[in-house]
Amino acid sequence: MIRLTDINRIFQMGDQAVHALNHIDLRIASGEYVSVMGPSGSGKSTLLNIIGLLDKPDSGRYELDDRLITDLSEDELAQIRREKIGFVFQSFHLIPRLTAAENIELPLILSGMPPEQRQIRVNDALQAFELQQRAHHRPAELSGGQRQRVAIARATIMQPSVILADEPTGNLDHQIGAEVMLLLEALHHRGTTLIVVTHDRELGARAHRQIGMRDGRILTDQDNDTH
Amino acid sequence: MTLIDTLQTSFKTVVSYRIRSLLIILAMALGVAAVVILTAIGDGARNYVINQFSSIGTNLLVVLPGRAETSGSFLGAVLGQTPRDLTLKDAQLIGRLPYVRRYAPLNVGEAELSAANRLREVTVLGSNANLIPIRHMKLAQGSFMAPGTENNAQIVLGAKIAREFFPHTQAIGQRVRLGDSRFLVSGVLTAQGETMGFNTDEIVIIPIDFAQTLFNTTSLFRILIEAKNHSDIEPAKRAILATLKQSHDGEEDTTVITQDAILATFDKILQALTLAVAGIAAISLIVAGILVMNVMLIAINQRTAEIGLLKAIGATSGDIRRLFFAEAVWLSLVGAVLGFLLGQFGSLLLRLTFPQLPAWAPAWASVAGILVALATGVLASLFPANRAARLDAVKALGKK
Repeated sequence: MIRLTDINRIFQMGDQAVHALNHIDLRIASGEYVSVMGPSGSGKSTLLNIIGLLDKPDSGRYELDDRLITDLSEDELAQIRREKIGFVFQSFHLIPRLTAAENIELPLILSGMPPEQRQIRVNDALQAFELQQRAHHRPAELSGGQRQRVAIARATIMQPSVILADEPTGNLDHQIGAEVMLLLEALHHRGTTLIVVTHDRELGARAHRQIGMRDGRILTDQDNDTH
Repeated sequence: MTLIDTLQTSFKTVVSYRIRSLLIILAMALGVAAVVILTAIGDGARNYVINQFSSIGTNLLVVLPGRAETSGSFLGAVLGQTPRDLTLKDAQLIGRLPYVRRYAPLNVGEAELSAANRLREVTVLGSNANLIPIRHMKLAQGSFMAPGTENNAQIVLGAKIAREFFPHTQAIGQRVRLGDSRFLVSGVLTAQGETMGFNTDEIVIIPIDFAQTLFNTTSLFRILIEAKNHSDIEPAKRAILATLKQSHDGEEDTTVITQDAILATFDKILQALTLAVAGIAAISLIVAGILVMNVMLIAINQRTAEIGLLKAIGATSGDIRRLFFAEAVWLSLVGAVLGFLLGQFGSLLLRLTFPQLPAWAPAWASVAGILVALATGVLASLFPANRAARLDAVKALGKK
């Protein structure tokens, strides 16, 4: 359960203050599939960063699973990111000198899991995302779709309760993008909260709940309960 | 993140940036190797001089006539007086002092040696039987002034002289002529080669009385004294000066040099030299440290997006600080160890090239070289590692 109350985030651009998030109130229940849409500069990425604990609001309350986030220390935030949140980025953000398997393993290493257990988890993930043949390839040797599958495998390896995807198909062609979306939606079907930021209307329309943003405010918030 | 995982991950990073890592490691290694090799040369030179100096005797004191004035004007020089001579009587008085194990009066001169139709100029030492042990010389054959034969006209030949004059026959028992007197060869010295610029292979030794007759003198060139123990050197020196002052009518007109004091001075000077050289070499380590800092700062710049990603997937600031820190430690450590090996190898080559020079790097220098390399590497990485840890995750992720 994500609960944002009166969240403000202001960036200083030269001598001009930009209200990236302007009095945002938002609740997202566990297991929801939400898309956040809006033109660039509407604040949708900032919203995602705040939900993902990468950024801190200047004011307001943020509760994640009934825990007040706004007062936690840096290390506590890192731990929550590690255990509850998985990020998927438009540019994949794979580490170029590590193999696919090693990239997927990173969150497990950060969590301090012993190597034998890590190995089992990584093998399972490679299998689940059909990457066994590519396990020992570096990102440069993978196709865009394969890279994003590695990134999704990395985001889900800690079995987070929330997946945050920022333009996950932005660097992929239409068909591969659709495949990646099916993978993410499969995670949602297993109970993970899925929040996708996009400016692609078609992609946004797949979500059960669509949030429209502009100038740091939520303009529309509609549920299609057809699904 | 566990310590082992941190070390493994950073090690993998070091390996994957192969050329960059090799260059830093090389810089570190050259610095450490310079410390090791230069101190090996310095300490080798020190040991060389000390060995040479020690080989001329043990607990040695040397009495010479005249007094080295360090201040004021020497009255004798103005009045045309010379200091009183050292005499055999002085030597005998010194020989009775309690701290003295043995003494050898010494006269030195040149004379013509002839035998078996051969003739050459030789350096003649006149002394007593003690000269041989005091000066750490050895007789290959025969004896010198053996008990009961002290008054005989006998001569000991240096190894080269014996070889030159009697290439095919036994030298012992041969008659030779030195100046105008005839001597019986009683012994031959073991070949020693040159020590401190004095070659014992080309000298002859005769009893002091004969030498004083030969050179028509009653004064001594030197008196060599061996103290009983190392701790007796200073009291022996004081006693000798007191005895000579008394026998010279209250005039302090002799000088006593101790081998120990000269040795200590050499030791100090050469030790200081070694330290200075090590210090200069250590500067290259500091340069290497700055290189580590520079390269780590560049690495952080290149890997900004990666740092952002690590934060996004749950790395704490501490994890990131330790990762970059460990990376610098690996570079410094491998560089230091490689430099140590390189330095030892260089010292070995030096020892093989110059066998007289005991070019062994002192342990303190090797340890200090490695520690300074590690310390500069670690210190130089603190600032970049902290900078990486403090990066803002959102901004870092946005950087390509």
